[in-house]
Order: sequence, then C-alpha cells, then structure tokens
Amino acid sequence: MRRRRPVETVMSAVFLLCGLVAVAFVLLITVYLVLSGLPAIRQVGLREFLFGTTWASTHATQPQFGILPLILTSIYGTAGAIVLGVPVGFFTAVYLAKAAPAPVAAVVRPAVQLLAGIPSVVYGLVGMTVLVPWVQRTFRLSAGDSLFASIIVLAVMILPSVISVSENALRAVPKEFEEASLALGATRLETYLRVSAPAARSGIATAVVLGVGRAIGEAMAILMVAGNAANMPSLFESVRFLTTGIAIELNYAAVGSLQRMALYSIGLVLFLFILLLNALLGLVLREGVDR
Amino acid sequence: MAPIIRAERLELYYGTHPALRGITMDLPANQITALIGPSGCGKSTFLRTLDRMNDLVPTVSIRGRVLYRGEDIYAPGRDVTALRKQIGMVFQKANPFPMSIYDNVAYGPRTHGIRDRGRLDAIVEESLRGAAIWDEVRDRLKKSALGLSGGQQQRLCIARALAVEPDVLLMDEATSALDPISAARIEELILELKQRYTIIMVTHNLQQAARVSDRTAFFLLGEVIEYGPTGQLFSMPRDKRTEEYITGRFG
Repeated sequence: MRRRRPVETVMSAVFLLCGLVAVAFVLLITVYLVLSGLPAIRQVGLREFLFGTTWASTHATQPQFGILPLILTSIYGTAGAIVLGVPVGFFTAVYLAKAAPAPVAAVVRPAVQLLAGIPSVVYGLVGMTVLVPWVQRTFRLSAGDSLFASIIVLAVMILPSVISVSENALRAVPKEFEEASLALGATRLETYLRVSAPAARSGIATAVVLGVGRAIGEAMAILMVAGNAANMPSLFESVRFLTTGIAIELNYAAVGSLQRMALYSIGLVLFLFILLLNALLGLVLREGVDR
Repeated sequence: MAPIIRAERLELYYGTHPALRGITMDLPANQITALIGPSGCGKSTFLRTLDRMNDLVPTVSIRGRVLYRGEDIYAPGRDVTALRKQIGMVFQKANPFPMSIYDNVAYGPRTHGIRDRGRLDAIVEESLRGAAIWDEVRDRLKKSALGLSGGQQQRLCIARALAVEPDVLLMDEATSALDPISAARIEELILELKQRYTIIMVTHNLQQAARVSDRTAFFLLGEVIEYGPTGQLFSMPRDKRTEEYITGRFG
C-alpha cells in the first residue's frame, strides 16, 4: 500500500469530525429527551399519560396530563393532510413529469419550488386570515379554528415535497416501459397510472413518508389555525397537536414543575413518532433497492 | 395477394430534417418482410410510422398516407389505441414491465377490458405457448419478469404482444441485443408466427434477413432503393448500391 500523504490524513480526520458532529447532536438530543421526558411519565404513569383523555396541566388543584387528544390530533391531522395532499401532489407530479407542455411546466415547477420555500409562519398567517374565516362562514361554526383548517394548511405544506420527489421518481422510469405499454394499445393515462406509477412506487412511497414527516413535525403554521384547545379531535373542533402542545405552554410553564416536565415527555413521544417514520422510510428505500 | 399495409409517398421529418423521402411500398399479409440498410437510413423510423409510435416524438411531421387494410391510419380522428392493438411491436431492447410474468402478458388484455380470471389465464397460457416460452415459465408465472434471461425476456415481450391478438407484428431489431443461441430461437419463433401474423422486421443482420424473410427492402438515406423477394434481392440485386451494401462494401 502506498503511504498516505499528511494532508490526506489531516483532511480525512476533518471529514470524520464533521460527520461525528451530526451524530453527536442526534445522540445528545436523544439522551436529553429521554432523561428529561421520563420523570413526568413516571410520575403520571405511562398508561395515564399516553391514554388519558384530559390534558389540564394548569388546573389549580387537580392537574391532569393525558396526551391522548394530542396524539390522536397529530395522527388525524397528518392522515388528513396525506389523504388530501398526496393525490393532488401525485397527479401534479404525473402531469409535470409526463404530460405538461414545456411552457406550462416552466411556470408550475418554479411555483411548486416557491411553495416549499415559504416559511411556515406565513402559511399560518394566511391560514388564520383567509382560511379560518372561510371555514367559519362555510360551515356555520362559532369559530373556524379547527382540525379541518389545520388539515388544509398541512396538505398544502406537504405538496412541494410530494410533488418533487414523485416527479423525480416518475422521470426515472425507463421510456421503454412506457413505449411497450403504448404499443399494446394503452392510452397515455393508462400507461402512466398502470406502468409508470407502479415502476416508480418506491419513490412515490418515499414522497408520502416525507410528507408525513413534514406534517407531523409542523408546529408554527397549525398553531395559528388549530384553535389549540386540547379536545379529543373532531373535524370542526378546536384541537391541539403534539407539537403545538409543547409550543403553547413552554413559555409559561415554571421550570422544574410537573407541567414543564410533561412537555418534555410530549417531545419524547413526538421524537419516537419521527424515529418510527425514519425506520419506515429506510424500509421503503431498501425495498426499492431490492427490486 | 392484396397488401395488408400500403405506404404511399410517405415523408417524415424530424423538425426540418427529412428522415423518410417519399416511400411507397406494399407489405403483403402473412409474410415476413425484412427492412435492411445502414444505420440512420430510416428503416426503424419507417417501422415506427406503421403503428404511429412516432407520434410520441414532438417534432415529427408526416406527409403521405399509410393504409392499413385500405384505411389511412393518419386520417383525422383515427383511433390510435385501436390501431396499436391491431399492429403490435417488439422492441430492440427487451422491455418487460417490472411486474410478474403473468401480469406482463395480461397487461394488454386487461387494458382492453378483459377482467375475467379464467379468460385471462387462457390468454396468458396461449400467448406464452405462442412465443415458445410457456414450458420455461409455467411454474413461475407469479415471479418477476426481470428475473428472466435476456432471450426469455424478449420472448416474453413477444408473448405480451401476442396477447392482444394483433394482426401485424413489427419487430425492431428484436434479436440484436441477444446472444446467438437466443437469437436463433427467436428466429425459429418468427418463422412459426408467420402462419398467423404478418411480420415486418428491421434487422442489421443480413444473414438473418436472408434466412428468415420472404421479402426484403433495402433502405438508404430515407428512400427504398430496392424491394423484392428476398432470394432475388440477395442473389441478383438490381441496384448497384444494394449490391455494395449486401456484399459488405459499406454500411
């Protein structure tokens, strides 16, 4: 083996260090969350914490720390955003990748990228000033802040990643597959839906998982449209997500109080959701490689 | 014999570049017609005009007519999907879909509305038998088609084309990417298929054209230089350029 030059040795150490920084932070956050999240769970009891249906952290005499409403809201909200956002995103991706005339694509694609770049607080602002009053009027509610409004905002927010990741996957489908389908007398639409989309399925699945990740982790935008009462979720009720649950109370929860510790515990639960999602993403990608 | 396909003064342009310069040609039914010529001579382009696959290229413009059973396939309002069901195509590179062997063959019939399981089973078996691959895959119909060898994949693609019961099979250098043994099997298969189908094949392999085809057309720079019975074209070509090409002096 050739002897390595000193510069290379130094540089490889630098690169290693950079890599370790990211790992170190993940470890640090994990350890911190576990350590600071467990005490409250131990005090409240795991069952009561995860499955308690009442979150009343500031009750003077009998505070309750059940986060089931928050968990379910996060799950329903994310699921709703996926149900609305993924079909729209997928069809946009098919259109952009396969059918759009160049001038149209030249307008739509940058618009989608711009959508990805809009800060979430702006989504929240528009949601609060436009969407929420609209929901209130349309459905004749006493207030428009609701799970429904949150779902719409989240659905729009996941669009860019769903569109761009599925579009790339669809573009990578070999032309030969599509030609073969067309030559058998399939229409272009049939070809895209029955050949191109299945061939791109691991990419599309990745897009969905990324969308779920974005939706479940979002706080700022939905903080402004959800109403934030910790009700058990219902479409037109004010609801509180795991993320917003932390954001709302953290600035007035006294240091060292059970309330503050319980917020860390919510963070831990959210973190576990994200871990689960990452594992799922890894699984999806691995399956893509096998095929 | 009446031609099943007739091209009349067919011209095709990629943008402003002429790829076909006025081709008039009768293609008889239940015969194998080989299209030969050097690369870029327009033979593949011509083949692809016959099932309108050139429609997919945005810059293409076409003049002249192609009559299939007496009707112009480029007439306005012509149903292209119905045409492509009648005129099947096998490509140079075997391109099975990334699905099971069964689903590959059933794709066409399903597209055309056949849902009945029993009927699909029958079509799949018959098509695979027709493409001489049934015995090799009967035990693994549910396995991915991508696990087959190159030659098997190409026969599967032929089976897939047969499954929609076409009239005409277009083959675009269907054996050029295969090893000699697989290629020979496909040649045998082509000879069998001739009983039931009209076959038009593009080939770079002159021996293959001589072995397999009934009629041969020699293309050069977008024109048909010579077209006639294969034996005659190879043994006593009328045109000097044909002679030079088949004796290997250019191309």
